[in-house]
Amino acid sequence: MATKAFQKIYTKITQITKATCSLKATGVGYDELATVNGKLAQVVKIMGEDVTLQVFEGTEGIPTNAEVIFLGKAPTLKVSNQLAGRFFNAFGDPIDGGPEIEGEEREIGGPSVNPVRRRQPSELIATGIAGIDLNNSLVSGQKIPFFADPDQPFNQVMASVALRAKADKIILGGMGLTNDDYLYFKNVFNNAGVLDRIVSFVNTTENPPVERLLIPDQALTAAEYFAVDHNEKVLVLLTDMTLYADALSIVSNRMDQIPSKDSMPGSLYSDLAKIYEKAVQFPAGGSITIIAVTTLSGGDITHAIPDNTGYITEGQLFLRRDSDVGKVIVDPFRSLSRLKQLVIGKKTREDHPQVMNAAVRLYADAANAKTKLENGFDLTNYDERTLSFAKDYSEKILAIDVNIGTEEMLNVTWGLFSNYFKPEEVNIKQELVDRYWAK
Amino acid sequence: MSTKGKVKGIISNLVIVTVDGPVAQNEICYIETGNTKLMAEVIKIIGDNAYVQVFESTRGLQVGAEAEFMGHMLEVTLGPGLLSRNYDGLQNDLDKMLGVFLKRGEYTFPLDEEKLWDFKPLAKAGDVVEAGSWLGEVDENFQPHKIMVPFTFQGQYTVKSVVTEGQYRIFDKIAVVTDSEGKDIELNMTQKWPVKKALTCYTEKPRPFRLLETGVRTIDTANPIVEGGTGFIPGPFGTGKTVLQHAISKQADANIVIMAACGERANEVVEIFVEFPELTDPHTGRKLMERTIIIANTSNMPVAAREASVYTAMTIAEYYRSMGLKVLLMADSTSRWAQALREMSNRLEELPGQDAFPMDLPAIIANFYGRAGYVHLKNGATGSITFIGTVSPAGGNLKEPVTESTKKAARCFFALEQARADRKRYPAVNPIDSYSKYIEYPEFEEYIAKRISPDWTKNVNEMKTLLQRGKEVQEQINILGDDGVPVDYHVTFWKSEVIDFVILQQDAFDKIDSVCPIDRQQFMLNLVMDICRTKFDFSSFTDVMDYFKRLINICKQMNYSEYQSEAFNGYLKELNEMLTLETAQK
Ligand SMILES: Nc1ncnc2c1ncn2[C@@H]1O[C@H](COP(=O)(O)OP(=O)(O)O)[C@@H](O)[C@H]1O
Ligand SMILES: [Mg+2]
Repeated sequence: MATKAFQKIYTKITQITKATCSLKATGVGYDELATVNGKLAQVVKIMGEDVTLQVFEGTEGIPTNAEVIFLGKAPTLKVSNQLAGRFFNAFGDPIDGGPEIEGEEREIGGPSVNPVRRRQPSELIATGIAGIDLNNSLVSGQKIPFFADPDQPFNQVMASVALRAKADKIILGGMGLTNDDYLYFKNVFNNAGVLDRIVSFVNTTENPPVERLLIPDQALTAAEYFAVDHNEKVLVLLTDMTLYADALSIVSNRMDQIPSKDSMPGSLYSDLAKIYEKAVQFPAGGSITIIAVTTLSGGDITHAIPDNTGYITEGQLFLRRDSDVGKVIVDPFRSLSRLKQLVIGKKTREDHPQVMNAAVRLYADAANAKTKLENGFDLTNYDERTLSFAKDYSEKILAIDVNIGTEEMLNVTWGLFSNYFKPEEVNIKQELVDRYWAK
Repeated sequence: MSTKGKVKGIISNLVIVTVDGPVAQNEICYIETGNTKLMAEVIKIIGDNAYVQVFESTRGLQVGAEAEFMGHMLEVTLGPGLLSRNYDGLQNDLDKMLGVFLKRGEYTFPLDEEKLWDFKPLAKAGDVVEAGSWLGEVDENFQPHKIMVPFTFQGQYTVKSVVTEGQYRIFDKIAVVTDSEGKDIELNMTQKWPVKKALTCYTEKPRPFRLLETGVRTIDTANPIVEGGTGFIPGPFGTGKTVLQHAISKQADANIVIMAACGERANEVVEIFVEFPELTDPHTGRKLMERTIIIANTSNMPVAAREASVYTAMTIAEYYRSMGLKVLLMADSTSRWAQALREMSNRLEELPGQDAFPMDLPAIIANFYGRAGYVHLKNGATGSITFIGTVSPAGGNLKEPVTESTKKAARCFFALEQARADRKRYPAVNPIDSYSKYIEYPEFEEYIAKRISPDWTKNVNEMKTLLQRGKEVQEQINILGDDGVPVDYHVTFWKSEVIDFVILQQDAFDKIDSVCPIDRQQFMLNLVMDICRTKFDFSSFTDVMDYFKRLINICKQMNYSEYQSEAFNGYLKELNEMLTLETAQK
């Protein structure tokens, strides 16, 4: 960071903890940035002349006579069309060897959209993945995470969704990304020839974890620039939000705050909501859609991070390995797209809502049959049929490697219904059965 | 002269201000930063240090900034023109704000100062009046909006004059009253009230007993709520809290509906903005938005204002109740409000209670629910506030402070269950765990016998018993296997499934099925209970299943058809044939 001539330099630190250092200073604004021996820090508490700074990299090696310079501003990002195709770190500095960005300097973590100015999301995002498009259709302006164990191929699925989504810009916010995953994204985007539509903010496992806290705000400031100033459809990918939340807990822990559930800070809900609520359909046509990853530990969605996330986002896509077909599927039980009502049966064929629900109900019956089988009971003929249905359904619809159009998904499902069931077992409105039941 | 102060410390939105005069707990102050003023509320005072929670981001705020104390608590402005408006948690009119993004420190007036209202006097010179007395009324979206003596007035006043029938603006003088010392006071159509104080302009709060029809079968039939009653909907995320609340707010037989979107998703509020102006109130045929007020403090809006939002909503509800109207108040979600309290309590370094929530959380929740109710006004009219809040338990576990405290305060419990939601059995209200305490009130039983039919309660109880039986039988089948139990057991189980599929499940997104008026509910309950009372004799359990699946399918088609339409009656005929056939064979 360059120092400006008029800036006052302080050299007397009065207190140092793992995450913070304090000093006496005046004329300091809340949330303002500072450097401590060149390390970036932010004002988190002011009490009279005592100012407490949170040092992003941690305070290792900071001496009591470290040079502290206040920058007179909250964290910012320079925005312009030059962002496209570039890779940055958490501070918005280029990491791809290219030149600095010229553009308007904007504070990150800016204000919220007035709810009455929002437009209702209504544009279907087709991904070709039937577990998503049929059961959990995505809509532009939506915010939705993948819930997956760390060994699931969530970054791959997310990358294919991103490429098929027809977005004007894709903004990648990588938090605690392994170097391999970082290169994976770079490669995929490069091979698809879309690098000029991508902007990336990356914090890898090699960077200090607390720096991650800036990534979502950086990514979303860039997203707002393209969505508001250029009315573009912007897709923001945030991976992995669990590592973001972990960084929050590191900070609050080091600052001796009272933890709530799972040693997460009490403000976790508000902190995550501020990020996810940036997803919006703007009145002038631009939109921000957020697809995130929240890794689980042992599939536990009651942990504070996925739990709070689920309460904030508009559904979740739950990835799980189905051992019966040996594939990763989008689990129809725990997955949900809350905005699907806005498009299914409206932007897609009229039978979509009922077909989707009926199939999931039958899949649930299959789960019951499976329990029976495991408990050593005889299966009825109906049970047998649900099991066969479930296997086909898993393979032809739920598996993440399926890539077909929505009409075809519906036709395939009707086909499965008629293969295994009678119309009255499927519980669908008669007029739809009359029209679509595969004879 | 008002008290002034200077900022001494800043920790996020908790600011410490050194003051030069008296300040009151919960007093409002404005802190200057740059060229805006940030609104804040006093939450603690030590010596000459006032701890205030700022309703906005404190970014850039510096020590030494000036603060001015206003001499009053957080207030709402009450008067004609509240209906159809969209407010934030502090009652700023969101539509009046310019630009796409909210601006810090922008506060807008909640009413329309220029609109002319058709005023009709209700009081005349010489009348003795007191706080809450009706002086006149204006027509607000086809509802009688009473202009009342300000609730802050104490003792008795004599009306000196009331303006004649005609058109007036909210700030025009509409009456003059004289106090006991002979001083004249001019009144207009507006008044203010501090939101954290209950507005108690009534003589009596008897036990509520009149059914509040919601059109949702699992509520009205199984666990009804009453006018002036309280209820809560706990459930893990995605189990249908918001959908259920929206359904109730669309269909309920209320005069006024107030929706407090408290710390939840902005897009869900947008859904109301889009739908309500289009949809009609099934009871009056008018547009839903005409009877609705939205208080939107979504999760990305300032946390401190989130707490204020539920109080703002409740105070507006109390205002309309004082006019003798039936008000329905919904808050989604009260857990977010509790979390806002927790964030501040932690910042104040108060001794934490369970899960780091403030110690007095149960009292705060009980107090709030206590503000709802059915009341007799001083002039003999009645009014009510029915309050339904959602609760978002952490990890879906109902043994957590907000759920437990709410359970003590609310009389209806609509427990949403993950397993039901997973199986798309919507609304996912668990029929066995949920309850309505109102069914136990003799006055309710008497009322419902007259309103619906004398055998209604008996039918409902029989239905619940069968549901319970069905569950027990299912557990036995799960342990012993399909053929490990008598065929009869399967019949019992499938009868309970008929109740589940036909009465309890209801598609909130189907135009017809979503609204089920009480006469239709009565018809369907009678029909289903007739089926349940029928004796069947099957030779094997697979026959039972096949038969009941067909039967359920026909009943579901009835639910999807216009009541008593040709299609509806056609399915009914088909159903009856199926029943006679099966029973005649034996
Ligand atoms: N009565 C219902 N009929 C059909 N679908 C429903 C119903 N209730 C809930 N759902 C489904 O469940 C989803 C989540 O419901 P929502 O009310 O938003 O959950 P919560 O508020 O509990 O998180 C909805 O988007 C919808 O798909
Ligand atoms: Mg909800």
